[in-house]
Amino acid sequence: MLMMTMLIKESLIIQQERDLVYCRNRVKEVAAKIGMGIVNQTKLITATSEIARNMLIYGGGGTMRLEVVTKGKQEGIQLVFEDKGPGIADIQKAMQDGYTTGRSLGMGLPGAKRLVNEFVIQSAIGQGTTVKMLKWKNG
Amino acid sequence: MEKIPILKMGKFLLVTIQVDLYDRLALTLEEDLIQMVFKTGSKGVLIDISALSIVDSFMGKIIGNIAGMSSIMDAETVVVGMQPAVAITLIELGLPLSGVHTALNVEKGMALLESRMPPSLDDANDDDVD
Ligand SMILES: Nc1ncnc2c1ncn2[C@@H]1O[C@H](COP(=O)(O)OP(=O)(O)OP(=O)(O)O)[C@@H](O)[C@H]1O
Ligand SMILES: [Mg+2]
Repeated sequence: MLMMTMLIKESLIIQQERDLVYCRNRVKEVAAKIGMGIVNQTKLITATSEIARNMLIYGGGGTMRLEVVTKGKQEGIQLVFEDKGPGIADIQKAMQDGYTTGRSLGMGLPGAKRLVNEFVIQSAIGQGTTVKMLKWKNG
Repeated sequence: MEKIPILKMGKFLLVTIQVDLYDRLALTLEEDLIQMVFKTGSKGVLIDISALSIVDSFMGKIIGNIAGMSSIMDAETVVVGMQPAVAITLIELGLPLSGVHTALNVEKGMALLESRMPPSLDDANDDDVD
């Protein structure tokens, strides 16, 4: 049987507010293309918005790599956000609901984690922060 | 400069957000709305977000700020038309949108605000006539 595989692998730059809207739209577009349902789409673009905004505000901007991935019959979207900003001193704290250094709500990181299937954050002081998220189509 | 129009409808203000907002535009809307409540003495604010495909923590914070400031000025805020997927996502994100009423559509939102208004001031005015 012939399997159609979608080869989507791209990189977007996030340097200003408008880039946030563009990158949310692009993720939504790809999510719709692989047939992700509306609720999962909404969860994924919301998580995208949170992490991309953090990258813009705290990380001084960065890149988002978007890739359609498969595992067996599962299909999903993997996003890797990378900045070369100041890094996060205490990741455990940053992942707690309500923790913020920006007088905000402190819901972005923990909230985004709840909205996706896989979430990995790595950070080093003075070197930057990387967040990798994965959302399965039916996840 | 781009702006989101705010409509005055009797005692209330109505804002219909037509597109997903970028942050600056959302902040401008917050300022404008709070100014308008102050200037017009409106008793309610209706925010129609039926066209929004996403409400993240930033937008949630803006809605919360509008509701908070409005309530200081004695006006209530109703968010109308939130898409079900957005509502589900907001809960999982962990944003309760406290202090904000919700309604299915503008009509129901209006009715909700009306029902929460104190007995009509018009009656009091009528009394003055005699
Ligand atoms: N890319 C990043 N670079 C450096 N620090 C970051 C980065 N992302 C997050 N942080 C730090 O982690 C904290 C928590 O982030 P989180 O997104 O959970 O909350 P917030 O951005 O402060 O508030 P909210 O997202 O609710 O508006 C931030 O306040 C900031 O100190
Ligand atoms: Mg954040």
